[in-house]
Amino acid sequence: MSADKTVIRFAGFLLALLLCASFIPQWGLFMLTIVLANGLVVLGCLLFLRAGLVSFGQALYFCFGAYTTGLAANFLNVTDVFLLLLMSAVTSGIMAWLLGVLLSKYRAIFFGLLSMAFSMILYGLLAKTESLGSTDGFNVPAVTILGYEPSSESVRVSILAVAALLALLAVSFGQAFLKSPMGLLLTAIRDNEIRVEYMGASAQKTIHTIYVIGGVFAGLAGSIVAVSVGHIDPTMAVWTTSGEFVFITIMGGIGSVIAPFLGALAFGIIHTVAFSESPNTWQLVLGTALIGIIYILPDGLWSLLSRLRGDKK
Amino acid sequence: MSQFLVILIDGMNYSAWLFLSAVGLTLIYGVMKILNVAHGSFYSLGAYVAASVMGYWFANDYPPYWSFVALAISAFVAGFIVGPLLERFMLRPQYDKDEVVILLITYGLFLILEDVIKMIWGVDPYFVSEPYELLDMFEVGDMIYPRYYLLMVGLAVTVGLGLLFLLKKTKFGRLLVAVIHDREISAAMGVNVGLVFAITFGLGCSLAALAGGFTAPTISVSPGLGVEVIVLSFAVVVTGGLGSLPGVALASIFMGLLRSVCVHFAPQFELFVIFTVMAMVLTFRPRGLFSLAEARKI
Repeated sequence: MSADKTVIRFAGFLLALLLCASFIPQWGLFMLTIVLANGLVVLGCLLFLRAGLVSFGQALYFCFGAYTTGLAANFLNVTDVFLLLLMSAVTSGIMAWLLGVLLSKYRAIFFGLLSMAFSMILYGLLAKTESLGSTDGFNVPAVTILGYEPSSESVRVSILAVAALLALLAVSFGQAFLKSPMGLLLTAIRDNEIRVEYMGASAQKTIHTIYVIGGVFAGLAGSIVAVSVGHIDPTMAVWTTSGEFVFITIMGGIGSVIAPFLGALAFGIIHTVAFSESPNTWQLVLGTALIGIIYILPDGLWSLLSRLRGDKK
Repeated sequence: MSQFLVILIDGMNYSAWLFLSAVGLTLIYGVMKILNVAHGSFYSLGAYVAASVMGYWFANDYPPYWSFVALAISAFVAGFIVGPLLERFMLRPQYDKDEVVILLITYGLFLILEDVIKMIWGVDPYFVSEPYELLDMFEVGDMIYPRYYLLMVGLAVTVGLGLLFLLKKTKFGRLLVAVIHDREISAAMGVNVGLVFAITFGLGCSLAALAGGFTAPTISVSPGLGVEVIVLSFAVVVTGGLGSLPGVALASIFMGLLRSVCVHFAPQFELFVIFTVMAMVLTFRPRGLFSLAEARKI
């Protein structure tokens, strides 16, 4: 049962991380939370890429989840982080289901660009809505965790723990999904959709399903980021944010459900180091890393790890 | 009536800009099946090169009206040098891979070019409004417009007709059409597909640079210029039908006019009207307004 092994390893890694949390500086905890959130979005992108699809619009659900959390916390006075997460997941899921009705008919570049158009529409709407702070966005108040109110010292580590729990659940779900008949269809859809249809399976229904899953994951991640940063603004929906998710997908590779988190960690490190060392050329570093990965490790960082372990495939 | 005219003139100016920005993208896609995310970076490149050349031109008191020629040539040449180089060394080695991989490489190139431009020209904005002021104003009714608008529209029409001439009447155009229809058979017939690709990519990038170059006098040339251009060009090109010249022309005219209507009547929609149109067109015509049927692969 290699399926469980992957999840257990990931759980062990997260647990170790949390146990060491007291040795990690506050900014490190913050960065790790963002890494987990990015990994969560990219887990959805991984499902897409398995089916041969690249979405330049996952920022839509990322932003939608963040705004759901922000609005619920500000106007409905919801403070419990799990309740906020649930609300974000539900709204993003509904949104993804609605848009998925349309998007699941599209493939290749049309899928990518149409999803980008929707995310830019959300950006335009939010940027022009003055009651939501236009391009400035607004603040998200502090949250509670099942009635527990973390102090200002423990808030970072508490949110990291929530993010870790979420990531673990998502990874278990992702692993189970990929082993399910529908998950196995993804690669078949990428290779030849018409054959899939002849087999009696529905490519459109499968893509619609993964689109909703991806939307929910991105919504959850958006919610976590909103709570963790404490501020949200419409740039979360701009296409360059989606571009970062695509970047991480390629960085990590699609060989395993953990790969997105590895990619997100690498992205987080490159981003943080490059940004602090040379603020004007960090994009240059990112771009070079992306092209380097495509040329040298076309299957992402994960392939490096599995090669080291001597997996034969 | 006068308001109608105002909307029309503003709309035509914006349409011309959209067409110039997007036409190179559709050319590259039509021939090479590559969606060039770095397209906007070539737009910025053109704008910066134009800003530098114009600064030099007017500092040395060269004949002012010839500045337009210098502008066009410098932007075009910049695109035609950088474009084919990137195509040859960054894209070509990966042609055997998926369309998506090429798309991601161009995304990486976009990230790199953005910063390279910052490294060369710095982060401070450039202002080169001399060519813009040179042309003075013209009057329509009681409204005053810069003549530069006419120049943009004229340039867009010239580029459109020029491309049409290139495709329909020249030998290179015939070769392009052959390569568009079947890359492998063309190669078997002795067409140098690699050269056609390099020239096409260069031409597409040069057109983006040209659009940037001619926009430079009307704006402050600053970093991040190309980011918006990319997504707008995508929207125009996809709405028109990827790879279709009449499609991109029609889509830019339609979107330009519609945006102008929005600016005048409902400014809050201005920011996303173009993407809404794109989403609606794709809903009913999944491959855009003008699109060729694609053979199914079994």
